[in-house]
Amino acid sequence: MTQVPRLRLTQYVLLVACILLFAAAIDCALAQPFGMTRGGSPAEIGGFTGWILAKQAEFYRTLSGLIRAAKADGSAAYTLLGISFLYGIFHAAGPGHGKAVISSYLVANDETWRRGIVLSFASAILQAFTAVAVVGIAAALLGATAKAMGNTVRVIEIVSYALIMLIGLRLLWVKGRAFLRLLRGEQQAHHAHGHDHGHHHHAHDHHHDHDHHHAHDHDHHHHHGHAHSHDHDHEDDASAWSHAHAPEPQELTGKHWLRRGLAAIIAVGLRPCSGAIIVLVFALAQGLFWIGVASTFVMGLGTAITVAAIATLAVGARGLADRFAKARPGAGMLLLRGLETAAALVIVFFGAALLTGYIVSERLMGV
Amino acid sequence: MLRIFFVTLATLFIAAPALAHPHVWVTMRTELVYAPDGRITGIRHAWSFDDMFSTFAIQGLDSKEKGKFTREELAPLAKVNVESLKEFDYFTYATADGKKVALTDPTADYWLDYNDQVLTLNFTLPLKTPVKAKELKIDIYDPTIFVDFSFDKQNPARLVGAPNCKLDVQLPREMTFAEGKKLSEIPADEKNTTMAWGAQFANKLLVHCP
Repeated sequence: MTQVPRLRLTQYVLLVACILLFAAAIDCALAQPFGMTRGGSPAEIGGFTGWILAKQAEFYRTLSGLIRAAKADGSAAYTLLGISFLYGIFHAAGPGHGKAVISSYLVANDETWRRGIVLSFASAILQAFTAVAVVGIAAALLGATAKAMGNTVRVIEIVSYALIMLIGLRLLWVKGRAFLRLLRGEQQAHHAHGHDHGHHHHAHDHHHDHDHHHAHDHDHHHHHGHAHSHDHDHEDDASAWSHAHAPEPQELTGKHWLRRGLAAIIAVGLRPCSGAIIVLVFALAQGLFWIGVASTFVMGLGTAITVAAIATLAVGARGLADRFAKARPGAGMLLLRGLETAAALVIVFFGAALLTGYIVSERLMGV
Repeated sequence: MLRIFFVTLATLFIAAPALAHPHVWVTMRTELVYAPDGRITGIRHAWSFDDMFSTFAIQGLDSKEKGKFTREELAPLAKVNVESLKEFDYFTYATADGKKVALTDPTADYWLDYNDQVLTLNFTLPLKTPVKAKELKIDIYDPTIFVDFSFDKQNPARLVGAPNCKLDVQLPREMTFAEGKKLSEIPADEKNTTMAWGAQFANKLLVHCP
């Protein structure tokens, strides 16, 4: 282990951090109106950013015309769906679609990219579903006003943000403790080596089927009984999510990650997109609610693609960091656990900031 | 390495609001109201919302005649609109001879009307203290870009009762690549003084008086 791998590891860790930050930054429109009173300048629009912004605005503005056209001419419906799809792709680059939360969740939990894609799609589809449910029940059935819908969405938002914070806190508890123990373990080096054999062994067995821990692969070569202090986090990982110390059948088949990820899917997908709600209400007013519903779900698909792409980037970067961490068992692991803890912190930060209104994800003005 | 990291970090956070996106489009007609002594007393806005937002906003409201709304029927909605705009300073920022001008809450005679499926909010923002200025600037924009403002093409703005003053309406334009690049080279912690932002990229009214 020369300087080279360490340098590269640091770079990969920074890469993951950058991707998460990027996801975070574009996921939240900071509540600027307050700051602007001090005399700032309009937000920067230019280059790629400006292009995305212009494109999604362009698509959105053609939606109303297409919904109207679909009333007279059925074939306009196909164009509408096409534009809705493109709008979804571009729109998800903006705030409120859980890129940061999902990416951080994947990094903290060391999930695979496939799972990342499933989580992205599930949350985007749930988001479309919530929008349809809110408009379908409140507006179509109950004849509620825009203000009443806005209030409903706000309640849903609070639940969703609280859930994000809880997920973050739980991860922070697990990953943070693992990180701290590892930190202490590193200091004590070999002393702790043979102490808690049986105990570790348990955790290890469990984790064996549990998946994906690279630390585990590493231990594996040393044989189970010789588990280092890295083993601690495996044990915590398992107990934190399922409270099960023995592997359950679903866990053996690898399904449990979905159950674990369900909280993340709900936290991110619960909050409907304001744009979808407006489109749905407009379609309803035109007497074409179903076409609004179709448009919303297609939008959700587009959104899922963007979120999944960013999530995959984050997972990929983490994977590279893992590979280099394996080359340096001590410091490498410490850095990885540190990264996981940081990712958990990002989720907590997001939940707290959204909950307290410090970050405004999207707003429905004046209604 | 660390430096690159922190610069990236700063850039991302600064770029964040720009990645927000409009959900509401407003077409503005604005009048600047002057007192006989040549001092500007208020800014009178008429903001028309796009068809989707208009439809959304009137969803579920009761009216005597289907599809038509009187001012009275829209009064509660107008109240909510005006009250929630306060938080955003009514998206209106004024300076007189380079000094910031304080605006107060709208006068009580604000109203909404609904014609041809377009909802229009009419309200007047009085100046806290009417001022006489050689150069008056008014910027209208939403820094978070949730609301996209643009002036009406036929009647963007006019002066009411201003003696011998000249009005210029400046429409926002697209930033060129070179400008975007130049802007991105300004350090994050430094105030942008080299590029006159508002003048170029906001909806701006300029009034020159003798």
